[in-house]
Amino acid sequence: MIEVSNIEKSFDGTPVLKGISCVFETGKCNLLLGGSGTGKSVLLQCIVGLMKPDIGSITFDGTVYTNSKIDIRQEIRRKIGMLFQGSALFDSMTVAQNVEFPLQMLTPEMTPEERRERVEFCLKRVGLEQAGDKMPAEISGGMKKRVGIARAIAPHCTYLFCDEPNSGLDPATSIKIDELIREITHEYGITTVIVTHDMNSVIEIGEHIIFLHQGKKLWDGTKEEVLNAEVPELQEFIFSSALVRAAKKVDDESVGGLAALTESVNHGGGI
Amino acid sequence: MLKTLGSFVLFLRGMVTRTERFSVLWTRTIDEAILIGVDSILIVSIVSAFIGAVTCVQIAYNLTNPLIPQSTIGYMVREMTILELAPTITSIVLAGKVGSSIAGGLGTMRITEQVSALEVMGINSTSYLVLPRIIAALLMFPLLVILAMGLSILGGYLAGTLTGVMTAQDYIEGIRTDFIPYNIVFALIKAVVFAFLVSGISSFKGYYTTGGALEVGAASTGAVTNSIIAILVADFALAALLL
Repeated sequence: MIEVSNIEKSFDGTPVLKGISCVFETGKCNLLLGGSGTGKSVLLQCIVGLMKPDIGSITFDGTVYTNSKIDIRQEIRRKIGMLFQGSALFDSMTVAQNVEFPLQMLTPEMTPEERRERVEFCLKRVGLEQAGDKMPAEISGGMKKRVGIARAIAPHCTYLFCDEPNSGLDPATSIKIDELIREITHEYGITTVIVTHDMNSVIEIGEHIIFLHQGKKLWDGTKEEVLNAEVPELQEFIFSSALVRAAKKVDDESVGGLAALTESVNHGGGI
Repeated sequence: MLKTLGSFVLFLRGMVTRTERFSVLWTRTIDEAILIGVDSILIVSIVSAFIGAVTCVQIAYNLTNPLIPQSTIGYMVREMTILELAPTITSIVLAGKVGSSIAGGLGTMRITEQVSALEVMGINSTSYLVLPRIIAALLMFPLLVILAMGLSILGGYLAGTLTGVMTAQDYIEGIRTDFIPYNIVFALIKAVVFAFLVSGISSFKGYYTTGGALEVGAASTGAVTNSIIAILVADFALAALLL
């Protein structure tokens, strides 16, 4: 479990995060939802340690991360896996070398044979067992995301962070990536935090949703509650989605559109 | 200016604190030494051989006084090559080739979040990415300068004898006249200082790139420009201090 407490962050005097407190639950896909420029990515970077918050604290399973000693921060960082928006694969390495890299760096006690087995397992887990020898430039965007996931889980991460995992992907591939993240989260019981503004992801994998607006947390709850949340900004955000808007239009004209969508959400995603 | 200098010092300090394991550092340094050193042999060889040749021909063109012995040409080629041309011109050439490559490589890694990926894994990105580059440059620049010295003198010999401006005997006599071994030491000190400046400045410019492809290009250009200026300033300072 990750606890974020009263985080504030400003850039050149402009506040971007305004006292955000929230909890990311273990074994669940926690979604940081919000429009562009609402501070989702900044909050994510503060949590993973790429940025230092001005005020506030972040706790990983009871261990305070912010302002703690470097050894403690390093220990926590080694439990973190992250899928970046652009995948951030090392372009001078093959797919297999990318997945092996964190094992080489973080687990020197592993033998080359053990590392090779782990790489094969992780690549197989994301469905890329045949792509190990390819370079990142030779694979598609969806495959890059899967390699990113394989690299994140290779060193047995406890916390998985995904920064807009669906960006630049077609809807079908997006759904596959979402499903993969959900499966991995449940399989390994890890704490997953996903930054997104994609309503499809909310419906597909959102188990705990935190809505940010203008640097503040306005709402949090489950995906079953999100369609009926009485927060105007959240309603506006949700119904800016063409899909949800269409469902609402059907609902207004006859019966069943939004109700069907809600029903679908309540029965575990899959629209 | 002072802020940049302070950032540069902090950047270097971050590089040597929390370094990665020796085996990782060693492997990375060898990889970088191949990129910086081995891959630069051709360009350094071509440039230094022609500089030696041109120096020989131009000195011969200017030395028309029959009272000055022809061997003076060989002597002057040796002195100019060892003291100035080999270390400085080679370093300027390397600033263009290696400096732009370092800044461009690190800049691309930065804007594509590869540097962030290392940081998230708990790896000290400056230690992993920059320290091996600087160590490799410190090792390779002096070797390339030694190569440049030899090839420049050889280039001068070939140009002098093949064009008929002097005899081989005069040239060899000239390059053996009044040889001061300290000049070699001075040239190698210059090579080490220039190596640090080129690799350090280029890494700094690349590592702190923000934005997109345009900024990566600007970082590469800035790295080369700043490295060359730093080389020339250091060249003067070292000559004033050590000669």
